[in-house]
Amino acid sequence: MPTANPPPLLETRDVVKHFAAGSRAFGTAAVVHAVDVVSLSVKPGETFAIVGESGCGKSTLARLLLRLIEPTSGQVFYDGKDLTALPPSEVRRLRAEMQFIFQDPFSSLNPRMTVEALIEEPLEVHTDMTRSQRRARVAELLRQVGLRPEHAGRYPHEFSGGQRQRIGIARALASNPRLLIGDEPVSALDVSVQAQIINLLADLKQAFGLTLVIISHDLGVIRHMSDRVAVMYLGKIVEMGDAESLFERPLHPYTQALLEAIPVPVPGQPSGATALKGDIPSPIAPPSGCRFHTRCPHATDLCRDKEPPLAISDDDRFVACHHWRTIPAAGLSAIVEPQLTPAAQQRFALYRERSAAALAEAGQPITAGASP
Amino acid sequence: MLHEPATGIGMSPATTSAVAAGVEPVVRVENLSIGFAGSGVNVVDAVSFAVAPGKTLCLVGESGCGKSVTSLAIMGLLPPKSTRIPSGRVEFQGQDLLHLPIRELEEIRGNRMAMIFQEPMTSLNPVFTVGDQIAEAVRRHRPVSRREARDRALEMFRRVRIPSPERRLDDYPHQLSGGMRQRVMIAMALANDPQLLIADEPTTALDVTIQAQILELMRDLQRETGTAMLLITHNLGVVAQVADEVAVMYAGRIVESGPVEAVFRDPQHPYTIGLMGSIPSLGARSGRLATIPGSVPPPQALPAGCRFSTRCPFADEHCRTVVPPFVSSADGHGVACFKAPLEMNVGEVH
Repeated sequence: MPTANPPPLLETRDVVKHFAAGSRAFGTAAVVHAVDVVSLSVKPGETFAIVGESGCGKSTLARLLLRLIEPTSGQVFYDGKDLTALPPSEVRRLRAEMQFIFQDPFSSLNPRMTVEALIEEPLEVHTDMTRSQRRARVAELLRQVGLRPEHAGRYPHEFSGGQRQRIGIARALASNPRLLIGDEPVSALDVSVQAQIINLLADLKQAFGLTLVIISHDLGVIRHMSDRVAVMYLGKIVEMGDAESLFERPLHPYTQALLEAIPVPVPGQPSGATALKGDIPSPIAPPSGCRFHTRCPHATDLCRDKEPPLAISDDDRFVACHHWRTIPAAGLSAIVEPQLTPAAQQRFALYRERSAAALAEAGQPITAGASP
Repeated sequence: MLHEPATGIGMSPATTSAVAAGVEPVVRVENLSIGFAGSGVNVVDAVSFAVAPGKTLCLVGESGCGKSVTSLAIMGLLPPKSTRIPSGRVEFQGQDLLHLPIRELEEIRGNRMAMIFQEPMTSLNPVFTVGDQIAEAVRRHRPVSRREARDRALEMFRRVRIPSPERRLDDYPHQLSGGMRQRVMIAMALANDPQLLIADEPTTALDVTIQAQILELMRDLQRETGTAMLLITHNLGVVAQVADEVAVMYAGRIVESGPVEAVFRDPQHPYTIGLMGSIPSLGARSGRLATIPGSVPPPQALPAGCRFSTRCPFADEHCRTVVPPFVSSADGHGVACFKAPLEMNVGEVH
């Protein structure tokens, strides 16, 4: 499936993760089909996004990518090496290169450790630095994520949510990773702080040549950050391709519905709520055939009976739908840009200019620092 | 100095156009200030707004802006021991809610005035069926039999479009999905035909396709019932979808308000502009997002003047020391900023 050239940095082949749910004492244990035969590849230097609603398996997939959990079957390759076949010690060593950013900076930082200790920890694990080298590196990392080095002695609770996420990012950067995987890295943050973190990740990616994998339910965030997108529904990828074409011309009815459902910040533009009825089915008993058929406005008998294969469209997009060629393309109509008065446009320009100047004055240098 | 009541500022409230046109509002909040006991700072400061029958006012802002505290004050749900209300009035259909005996307040709450919260699981009782809980809410305020109350619950389930409603009545909250639970909450809130519905982040915990269903449901029900709605949210997309009027709050104050079209097309306050610029667009990618530098200062560190001045790229000494008055134009669009309109007061784009 991967058509990437150069070879992908990260790749999954038919990866499956099932969880047992409920107790075996009462008969057969139910099986949660969290991730069901997923193949994808992430090219070096790109930002790859995985999007979907609750229960679609996106967080499970993120953990499989780093082998934080074991797949039920299938393989995960990092830089050509099969992570699922490597001994644990080797995987641990490789984790210096692939780091995870969690959604909730409140629960992912040990409250009893100072910021310095938190960021120093991965340096102790992954490098041979002396203590003073580590201290210097911590100060450098703090500067890189826009925090003041003199705050190194403070504890996580002394920081705001956005600052805590910066600490989490500094910690992830400590071992000089090539790959960062963020599971809803900005979802817990207020929108103005979210924008700061999104910009920070973009800057860091640029400065260090990182490859990013971003898991999110927020299509706006994904549109803004990513080069390629995989849309998941109930454990399966239903559509995958270049972000721009996917957002402008979504092929799968689920992608179309997802885009239409977003409340756009433009008054008088009602979202297309009517497109999608009902709830997301349980991943314990996913529907037969195409898993989306119970909610799909275009479903036929074929969809109920037979699982659609991942077809390849003319713009190199993968789409898992029997009818994608005949379904009218929706999408761009749903994307409405805010209509601003000319005076308001001037205000936005002024705001951008002045806030950028204010930030530059405050000094948030992000530079590719010296490697340890 | 910090808690200086902003007198003369609340005189241009976020008022729905219908109210401005002479319709008696369902709820009118005037110059309301709220603080926590033991602190001199008002976490809600001189807030004024009114909502007309059948209209929706959205209070929008980020964590800690005071939007939820304001709504709790209207419902009389703030703990009296730990909060103080140094000034203001909350008038509901002519009655002053802030000084109402608890017994009379309880008659209004859940009856003429109802509330839905973000997380329905915590607002529903896990050990009773959802049907019983709605029936109880009805019997609490109406002299009806059990049978009639259950019929009313069933009717409400149909109206909020819960599939196979007869069966669902006997479900416990944990048996329902998040979207269904929020429908149950809406059914319960509307069971007694309230004149005012307060919804605090009603769709924030829901997936986007479910959120769209719930927003559409709320719009339809409001059209049918003519209930006034006060919706609290951080999501500008939701505001654009449901609001007639919007009031933008920052650090306890309304910084801008007006008809939703006017505020979205012609935002005036630097905070509103920063907030709108922070939202990643679904359209073509446009470089870096605008951001609001820093974060909201803690209450004890709020500046004496405009509370946004610590993060505002246009703020000067005057902004930091003097509270900007709230100035409304003829169309009901108002802003509290010395620099508004920015294009006339802060110079050219370079």
